Amino acid sequence: MSNHEQHETAHRPVQRKEMSRRQFLSYTLGGTTAFMMGGAVLPMVRFAVDPLLTKKGEGNLVKVVEESRVTAEPQEFKFKIHQIDGWYESEPELVAWISRGNDGKVFALSPVCKHLGCTIFWNTKGHNEYDCPCHDARYSKDGKNLAVANSPLDEYEVVVDNGIVYLGPLVKNTRS
Amino acid sequence: MFKNVYNWIDERLDITPLWRDVADHEVPEHVNPAHHFSAFVYCFGGLTFFITIIQILSGMFLTLYYVPDIINAYASVDYLQHQVAFGQIVRGMHHFGASLVIVMMFLHTLRVFFTGSYKAPREMNWVVGMLIFFIMLGLGFTGYLLPWDNKAYYATKVGVEIAASVPVIGSYIADFLYGGDIVGAQTLTRFFAIHVFFLPGALIAMLAAHFLMIRKQGISGPL
Repeated sequence: MSNHEQHETAHRPVQRKEMSRRQFLSYTLGGTTAFMMGGAVLPMVRFAVDPLLTKKGEGNLVKVVEESRVTAEPQEFKFKIHQIDGWYESEPELVAWISRGNDGKVFALSPVCKHLGCTIFWNTKGHNEYDCPCHDARYSKDGKNLAVANSPLDEYEVVVDNGIVYLGPLVKNTRS
Repeated sequence: MFKNVYNWIDERLDITPLWRDVADHEVPEHVNPAHHFSAFVYCFGGLTFFITIIQILSGMFLTLYYVPDIINAYASVDYLQHQVAFGQIVRGMHHFGASLVIVMMFLHTLRVFFTGSYKAPREMNWVVGMLIFFIMLGLGFTGYLLPWDNKAYYATKVGVEIAASVPVIGSYIADFLYGGDIVGAQTLTRFFAIHVFFLPGALIAMLAAHFLMIRKQGISGPL
């Protein structure tokens, strides 16, 4: 009896770590299918996410006004930038509120309210503040948020050269 | 992980029979190219469907950039083909795939015709197949206008004038397709809407009917 058992164990097939034919077939078929689907779908995905991967346009400095016209009281100045939006090129007009601070420096504030994006104006209610018509947000002359909004008004990058004020891209408020 | 998610859903909704029914469906010997190589002619229907899927996908991606407007249509196509990464490939897939669908569909029709597969009880499926054929031609015709170049403009003009030569109702068909008096802004938006909403909707419904019927009736027997 014990002899017989030994005989059985001797003839048990060797356990090798290999995949079955069925597994091999499903891997090759699955791999080929994935490769072909990838070949079709990947170009489309890359096509769709292209805006994420293209370099953002750099803001150029735009000539806006002579330095001598800038006063301590904020004034509204309009200037045009060249904008390329896909297949559509345009020259939209932007607005900056430019004034001279108590430190004598010229600075330019964006008119876009930091609450929900409405357009603010200087001194519409006679408090010498920027007022937003939508939800009564208020900002100081330096753009510091006084009510409703959670952050100060953005500033344009300002370069004064040869008595001319040039404005660049928007930056975070540096004065409050 | 995937197995656990699958089992969780399967316990509740019993989804296994849904795909098992398709996966375990036996391919008869006379349509299996592994048995008789000449049976590759039975692949043309599936190939037509495969290319149709490619057309739907690439078309969906093209609309990320395309605008159906007479000022911007050509500029947007030019932009998506030459400025956007892989634009050449994605538009190429849609452009050449359109011709390939017609070719594959024609070969599929020839196979059905010469094997007599259209005969009873499958006459309804032949009729639905013909409707799919005309929907595909409509998709080709309406898609041709969308790049809004000279070729597109005159092809549409000629096509609509052919439709206008139909007795009695011809001029109404032409007005309906033009959406105005000329091939213009309204024609372009019309063709765009027909190309991306109306015809694909009809196509998907017809394809569903086509496939349900062939599953119900089974593929026709050997010659």
